[in-house]
Amino acid sequence: MLEVAGGSEEPVEVVEGDLDIEYRYAYGEYYDRFYREMRDNRRIMGVACARCRCVLLPPRPYCGFCYEPVDRWVELADEGTVQTFTNVQLPFPGQPTEPPYIYAFIMLDGAAVQFPHLLGEVDPARARVGMRVKAVWAENRKGTLHDIKYFRPVENEG
Amino acid sequence: MARSVAVVGTGQTRHVSRRDDVNMAEMVREAALLALQDTGLGPGDVDAVVVGSAPEIFEGVNSPENWVGPAVGAAGKPMLRIHTGGTAGASAAIAAYYHVASGLFDTVLAVAYEKLSDGSAQYGLSTCCDPLWDRDFACGAPALVALQAREYMARYHPEITEEHGAMVAVKNRKNALLNPCAQLRMELTVQDVMDSAPVASPLKVLDCCPTSDGAAALVIASGSRARKLAARPAWITGVGTCTESPYVPDVDLAYPESCVRAAQHAYQMAWVYEPLKELDVAEVYEAFSFQELIWYETLGFCKPGQGGRLVESGITKLDGEFPVNPSGGVLSSNPIGASAMIRQLEAARQVMGKAGDHQVGGVRRALAHSWGGAIQFSTVTIFSNEP
Repeated sequence: MLEVAGGSEEPVEVVEGDLDIEYRYAYGEYYDRFYREMRDNRRIMGVACARCRCVLLPPRPYCGFCYEPVDRWVELADEGTVQTFTNVQLPFPGQPTEPPYIYAFIMLDGAAVQFPHLLGEVDPARARVGMRVKAVWAENRKGTLHDIKYFRPVENEG
Repeated sequence: MARSVAVVGTGQTRHVSRRDDVNMAEMVREAALLALQDTGLGPGDVDAVVVGSAPEIFEGVNSPENWVGPAVGAAGKPMLRIHTGGTAGASAAIAAYYHVASGLFDTVLAVAYEKLSDGSAQYGLSTCCDPLWDRDFACGAPALVALQAREYMARYHPEITEEHGAMVAVKNRKNALLNPCAQLRMELTVQDVMDSAPVASPLKVLDCCPTSDGAAALVIASGSRARKLAARPAWITGVGTCTESPYVPDVDLAYPESCVRAAQHAYQMAWVYEPLKELDVAEVYEAFSFQELIWYETLGFCKPGQGGRLVESGITKLDGEFPVNPSGGVLSSNPIGASAMIRQLEAARQVMGKAGDHQVGGVRRALAHSWGGAIQFSTVTIFSNEP
């Protein structure tokens, strides 16, 4: 739909446009298993590359480092170490979480690549790189990253 | 062996927060005509056109080359559209370089643009992420680069401070005062940057680039044509591009390998062994202040962890031995799809002696850098005063 901005006596300078499209994304075999394990078993599963001897997230049919096919699944701890974080102050269009919130990359124990998620139950002034955190699982899980509410500091942290 | 290739003409619009006096295609045409005028050519005189643009969702116009290409003279000629995120503009010029170096074309026009005021840049940037993975947390570009900046500071703690980022913002915005095309032209202090409103820690508003409307164009020609078309062509003597994983955490944010490899390739091609000594000036893609420090390191201007010391030393100021971003950089203007080409345009102008008030004296070799995607694409282009 195009609408002309301004009245009939005004010059036509700008038209307003709008795109309203719905998408549905297929998970594919690897994401499907990953999210089923999150939803049904509260488990975070990675895939192990035999050649690089590392566990990858998100699960995918190839190793991001050496391109070898990967099909061995490994359970990862729902606990890890904060690799980097940011305290987001401004709202960004399209984002479901209301600011302020802390977005972080977490290296789960046993993984070689980091897990993107939120930190909760933490004073922003005390958040730090190297902090130990553990997943807080959502009660109502649907098979998305939101099946984890956030990661909270483990005892003696935060 | 590829043929020698040079930039012979350059054109760019003013970069401003909003242009309502032109539509997207007219804005790109403005830059293209300036570049053609610079060489004495008309739109009919080029053999092919390459259009560089960022994600269509920024302007909400799909296949924008349908509209933009013919506006810059592509009708009746071969045309390609190139898209590689933030590096799109540089990739378009590099594609034009490939056209000419191959021997199949003699004169190619490359254009790149963005009209960010037409839509929502940050919404568009978040939708660049894997919808099955991190899209719901990817708050546009600032949060990603905030994570990058924090990882960088943590790795070299206490060598890199927030003040080092602020020094870059002060330096580049001051340089922009000499660039009539720049959008943010400001005399600032480190304290001004430190006191500015928080966006996503450690980034404050003044650590971040603006969003801009703007376009750039380059006329790229073969050696024999170049000598006829320009008194001092900017010879493209080194080109490197590299891609990394789309999953941000796979990338070493504090030292992106794609940039290291792109630089190595370009340096090898241009016979550059000690970048800081052998290059005279650089234009790097610092959409956020801390990134300039990281690019100092990945481009080999200093060792890893020494970026703070390099900016502190003053060497990279406009009057220093090795000015970085004399134009004011991306911190001063960011029409996203064009920004990487603007780095090349400014570097080429430094070699051609056409940079205006921010011209650096005696430039023989200049470097242009860009990053794009989830910090996963990098380009490096070296321009020289001889082939």
